[in-house]
Amino acid sequence: MKSLVVTLIAVFSAISIQAQSPEERGLEIAKEADAVDQGFESSSVSLTMVLKNKQGQETQRLLETKTLELTEDGDKSLIVFNSPKDVQGTATLTFTHKVGSDDQWLYLPALKRVKRISSSNKSGPFVGSEFAYEDLSSQEVEKYTYKFVEEGDVNGTAVFFVERFPVDPKSGYSKQLVAYNKDNYRLEKIDFYDRRGGHLKTLSYSGYELYLDKHWRASQFHMVNHQTGKETKLMFEDYAFKIGLEENDFSQNSLARAGR
Amino acid sequence: MTFTDLNRDQVKVLKVLIGTMVAIFILLQDLRAQEDEVYQDFKAELIGDFSWFWNDGLYNGQKNTYLSFAVKPEYIREWQDGKYAIRFAGFFRYDNRDYRRTHADIRELYWQVVMENAELSIGAKKVFWGVTESAHLVDIINQTDIVESFDREEKLGQPMAHFSYLTNFGTLDFFLLPYFRKQVSPGRKGRLRTPFILDGSSFDFESSAEEYRPDVAFRYSHYFGVFDVGISQFYGTGRDPIIANIDVFQPIYGVISQTGLDIQATTGPVLWKAEVIKRFNDLQDMLAFVGGFEYTFGNVGNSGIDIGLLAEYLYDDRGQLAISGLQNDLFVGSRLAFNDIQDTQILFGGILDMEHSTRLYSLEASRRIGESWGVEIESRIFSKVDQEEFLYLFREDSFLEFSLSKFF
Repeated sequence: MKSLVVTLIAVFSAISIQAQSPEERGLEIAKEADAVDQGFESSSVSLTMVLKNKQGQETQRLLETKTLELTEDGDKSLIVFNSPKDVQGTATLTFTHKVGSDDQWLYLPALKRVKRISSSNKSGPFVGSEFAYEDLSSQEVEKYTYKFVEEGDVNGTAVFFVERFPVDPKSGYSKQLVAYNKDNYRLEKIDFYDRRGGHLKTLSYSGYELYLDKHWRASQFHMVNHQTGKETKLMFEDYAFKIGLEENDFSQNSLARAGR
Repeated sequence: MTFTDLNRDQVKVLKVLIGTMVAIFILLQDLRAQEDEVYQDFKAELIGDFSWFWNDGLYNGQKNTYLSFAVKPEYIREWQDGKYAIRFAGFFRYDNRDYRRTHADIRELYWQVVMENAELSIGAKKVFWGVTESAHLVDIINQTDIVESFDREEKLGQPMAHFSYLTNFGTLDFFLLPYFRKQVSPGRKGRLRTPFILDGSSFDFESSAEEYRPDVAFRYSHYFGVFDVGISQFYGTGRDPIIANIDVFQPIYGVISQTGLDIQATTGPVLWKAEVIKRFNDLQDMLAFVGGFEYTFGNVGNSGIDIGLLAEYLYDDRGQLAISGLQNDLFVGSRLAFNDIQDTQILFGGILDMEHSTRLYSLEASRRIGESWGVEIESRIFSKVDQEEFLYLFREDSFLEFSLSKFF
């Protein structure tokens, strides 16, 4: 009898999965990926950005990021430039919103000026890199619609392939093909398609480490632009979680202070 | 450089600041025992400038080419996880012709403590208020370094106690400014000067305490959705001298009460900006306004280039008595940001007088070279300057300046 119940449950759940549309399945995976990473409260990380042109010449940028996790609305984040020297101390403060444009302020250390800036230019390059502003902003579930494609693998890792479509018409992408790790929902790879549907860029994640038994973080993001041949690598170091940051640490005063 | 090269004002300021520095140093020694992790960083910028004024000067001694060097050292020290900090920013320029432009300043030297909802800073500091691009009306805390910047964006260090308090309805800033700093005007061989040489004694003070009359200031600022708003109040000796009568050139540093409002609305690609000030003084009241927009076409044609278009209207009810000449003017300009690895940027535009023939064109362009060098080009062109405007004195002073910087 017991085995019959188990069988029935299995059959019904199989049917319910069958009944799920690719859109529902895609959204479910995106929500699950978001849910498994919740609870880090606040975090900080140092990163090195290596920009490589077509000829293979490299230049470096050093940045530091602090993030405050918020559940009712999007996260707050603070990014500070430590190099090159002429922009050292330049910093941005971003309040991500699940719906609508983000709020963003820029601190210019030479003038001691805090400027509210437009966040509508999402598709533009971030400091000459192959990352667009929208690639680096907080990835809220509500910013895309989803469609499950298939199960597959990326370099031998079992993944779910999900297409996601930006809600914001100002996005530079028509769609992104995202590979979620089947076991832990971490991102393995994203392929970006431009507005005309052409394959624009590929972002690969590597060097994953597990923090606080819960949060997977890649130590390297590698973005390749297929149309220009240029590449950008982001190398992350010194991840810290639950570091006790509060709303006060994401004010315009803290933005100016961060610009050291 | 010797101490005699510095003018009286600078010597006084240096004395005050050296005093502050000693006090801070003593405090630092006291706190040393408690400190856990100390963060410190020293950096500097070395700048070489070459300026070319293609028209001959109107006044005796003025030249066509100027060569100068500047150094900007900075030091920061933070301890107890950033709770306490000391920040220093120095400035020194040597000019091969104008001895007044050869000057030193302590732009910043202050001690700061950060509490949960507040921060307190004591010492010389620079504070910026405002939102617009063509004029900075509400920005009143620091005196302008006139010989350093025609666009008035370079400021002298201002001694102060600054308390900033964060509430859930906005930020409240309180300032006590114990010492006033006079403007330093160019010397005999300098360009962009008046026919007569202005020095410290050319300016009278309304207050008998002169530079030692303390100023107080307050500002409330917050953002509400797309709006960023600032309301400010200043009471003390105004940073700009007042000229109450056009026939008698007798500039006076008056005791003023100034209320300012600055507001920006950030709606998609458009930034709407406005600043307005109302100033009261026994000799002269004034009202001034600047407002307009900045529209940015982002990532034009997927080139990565942002093209911004700016337009601002400027009004000053003093009319002819407005030293700035921005009594009824229109600023139009464009900002190009290439968003490339070298961070190339160009800003150009013109200020068009609506009543007179006067036109003032400007160009600023900059880019990085390699990892630690930078170049900058700046130009101002005075065209058809009307005789009735103060700018008429500078009508032959159009210039092109080339700067090369090395960052350490």
